[in-house]
Amino acid sequence: MAEDDGPPAPDPTGEPDPDRIAEIGRRFVGAIPWSKALGMELLALHRGVAEMRTPYDARFVGDAATGVLHGGVLTALLDSCSGAAVMSHPSGPLGTATIDLRIDYMRAARPGKAVTARAECHRATRSVAFVRAVAYEDDPEDPVATSTGAFTIERGPA
Amino acid sequence: MSRARPEPVQVVKARRDAALATLVEGLPFARFLGVGFERMGDELTAQLTYDDRIIGNPMLPAIHGGATGAFLEIAAQVELAWAAVWERMEAGGEAAAAIERGEFPPMPKTIDFTVDYLRAGLPRDAYARATINRAGRRYASVRVEAWQDERGRPFAAATGHFLMPEAGAARKAGGA
Repeated sequence: MAEDDGPPAPDPTGEPDPDRIAEIGRRFVGAIPWSKALGMELLALHRGVAEMRTPYDARFVGDAATGVLHGGVLTALLDSCSGAAVMSHPSGPLGTATIDLRIDYMRAARPGKAVTARAECHRATRSVAFVRAVAYEDDPEDPVATSTGAFTIERGPA
Repeated sequence: MSRARPEPVQVVKARRDAALATLVEGLPFARFLGVGFERMGDELTAQLTYDDRIIGNPMLPAIHGGATGAFLEIAAQVELAWAAVWERMEAGGEAAAAIERGEFPPMPKTIDFTVDYLRAGLPRDAYARATINRAGRRYASVRVEAWQDERGRPFAAATGHFLMPEAGAARKAGGA
């Protein structure tokens, strides 16, 4: 359980509120030390779908012989992006934490290229959110990795 | 019948520690995250040295799930790679000589990795040990558990599958 409490601003209309997105973005990326350390930025956030990117950096390499990013960098990106997707779900969760995350590595990330993740919270019950995500350099149809995760949902008093 | 005298303990230790250090240097991201390894014989314990940078929830505070997941994956991957290096060192002859020259088998590649987050990671050091469930010629299955204060209360666990290096590549590195 190692994610972020979200901003306590449920969105009753389900419409995107730029201030709320900016607030979630700030909290999920700028204020989270490990996301910041990996240079993550939030590209988009709307109704249970989030997009985040992390740059290529020689310090993030998992195999000096190939220059390929370590899987752990993708783990952080997919976990953060999935958490952001949960927080932006129209049902307005107040907080979330990862219960489990499975990552499938389809191929090595291309050295020198930033990696983008797109996560979709496709189902949210009262207590649990289910999220699918994909990580890619240029084309979501040509993924580096995909993930599926279950996340807690914290809601206010009923 | 006479038996060869065993090598002095410091020579054996120095060789094994040097091989482990070379192996871990091949993973720049392990250093970035703050992961090191303690060795007792062939048994490894991964250590994640706490730093404020690895926080994911500043309110609690708790370690980022991505940092925990990466720590587990590094522990699992290094355990597998180390098993191959150890085997070559112990085999002696050309296999051991290749390791001594720094010719290591390529790193195993992660196929999939599933992390269970059992409780919040506290802002302090964490440890992990990996166990190889099965190491075949092409595929390996590894499980790994991480704890902080109490060994019996893990805060995260994971299972992963890895693609082992091609036999040709291994031969080139290890001569076996």
